[in-house]
Amino acid sequence: MKVKTPSKLEKVLAAGHFAVTSECGPPRGSDPEVVIEKANLIKDHVDVVNITDNQTSVTRMCSLAACIRLKLMGVEPVLQMVTRDRNRIALQSDILGAASFDINNILCLSGDHQSFGDCAQGQNVHDIDSMQLIQTVRHMRDEGKFLGGDDIKRPPEMFVGAAANPFADPFEIRVPRLAKKIAAGVEFIQTQCIYNLDKFEEWMKLVRERGLHEKVYILAGMTPMKSAGMARYMKNRVPGMDVPEELVKRLAGVPKKEQAQEGINICIESIQRLKEVEGVRGFHVMAIEWEEKVPEIVESTGLYPRPEVD
Amino acid sequence: MIVADKKPIEEIIEEIKDKRKLLVLGCNECVTVCEAGGKKEVGILASALRMYFLKEGAEVKIDERTLQRQCDLEYLEEIRDVADQYDAIVSLACGVGVQFTAERYLSTPVYPGVNTCFLGANEDRGLWTERCQACGACILARTGGICPVSRCAKRVLNGPCGGSTSGKCEISKDTICAWQLIIERLKALDKLDEYEILSPIKDWSTDRAGGPRKVEREDVQQ
Repeated sequence: MKVKTPSKLEKVLAAGHFAVTSECGPPRGSDPEVVIEKANLIKDHVDVVNITDNQTSVTRMCSLAACIRLKLMGVEPVLQMVTRDRNRIALQSDILGAASFDINNILCLSGDHQSFGDCAQGQNVHDIDSMQLIQTVRHMRDEGKFLGGDDIKRPPEMFVGAAANPFADPFEIRVPRLAKKIAAGVEFIQTQCIYNLDKFEEWMKLVRERGLHEKVYILAGMTPMKSAGMARYMKNRVPGMDVPEELVKRLAGVPKKEQAQEGINICIESIQRLKEVEGVRGFHVMAIEWEEKVPEIVESTGLYPRPEVD
Repeated sequence: MIVADKKPIEEIIEEIKDKRKLLVLGCNECVTVCEAGGKKEVGILASALRMYFLKEGAEVKIDERTLQRQCDLEYLEEIRDVADQYDAIVSLACGVGVQFTAERYLSTPVYPGVNTCFLGANEDRGLWTERCQACGACILARTGGICPVSRCAKRVLNGPCGGSTSGKCEISKDTICAWQLIIERLKALDKLDEYEILSPIKDWSTDRAGGPRKVEREDVQQ
């Protein structure tokens, strides 16, 4: 796939390296040090860092401002943008604002429903959906035009990503749905956290059967479990998550103070296994409020040092 | 139909507790069908209000009336002679009926006696569910006859989102994922290949976003 933007992530992937991405959740306050500290923990071990956009609908520092913080410290951000909170005017406006700071990666999402967060009584917007946001960014970038048709002076140069959940229902449209996102213009995918490796591999097989792995870069989502309790919670409470019972049992089978390390071990083993899957082009390591563990995971899986690209 | 639900009686009392001559005004259309504001509910509310005032030791006159339609000038005229005799009218019609009544009888306060909820259908005894948001530009032809605008919590036009689990929406295990239904229906129609057609960005100017709407039909006006 030809490089179309100045994105470091795109260059790493186009050069044939496994990409490593991670993410930081902005703080529930205005202290920039929180973002800077988290980024410092991982910046040498990943290519780019996603900044989440009011994840789980809990109000936080905005993704764009936190992305700018990363940019100022020389770390390349991925701007996550949900369609829940902004209409097409605000979305296009924020894309231009990000582009003005040369933020070159965007992840287009619909966002969790607001009922999960701290403003359950608020409106949601959903003027456009995540697929249409992909189309919007590509339109702005490739045509150099606003949705309204006017020309954009200095259009955004963004590598366009989206999420994919190989485990959500109904399974039979999971691959057609990826095809649809590719048709909308998506260039990289960060998947939902993978715990059910068999099911993920089945999905990848279907992806390859349609040749989709040659049209989009797929980064496998990895989140280490901190404890058997977390595994149980993810299994039972988090929508769209597929956590096999064996994994919960394996964590529960070791003493409590060793469960965290067992979670890291599982994560490392999973990455080792998925590196062999054709079409997996990198890993999105989401160590939620556990960023300090990212270097260990990256080093133990032979993904360190990160390649230099220009 | 327009589906309404009963308003808590405390809320109604709060509005009318100082009034002494009241008309409880029902509507014989949608709110009768959904058992929130028809003749029967007018009787129940009027009795409950009489009991409240009796307990308060207040002497009141509470009349009951149910019009064929409160969203129709012709029927609203039926109370022309009596409307100004009341201190207030409690309308059990939908929000349309409440407003239309208020617009016709400017000097009499009109209070809503129900909460107007949505455009929906009677799914089961005592169960009404939403089917339409009146967006003004129907897309049902390309979604297997299931509306994602009204039935998806994120009105996703290219769904389902990642929150769909076992056919249920992420907001509640009691809420069916509209996109699950759409896919099942496309399958039943042998049209699942149409799933991959991208739904374009929607023009919401025919929805609430475009401001108060009207349908003006010259063919009917002539």
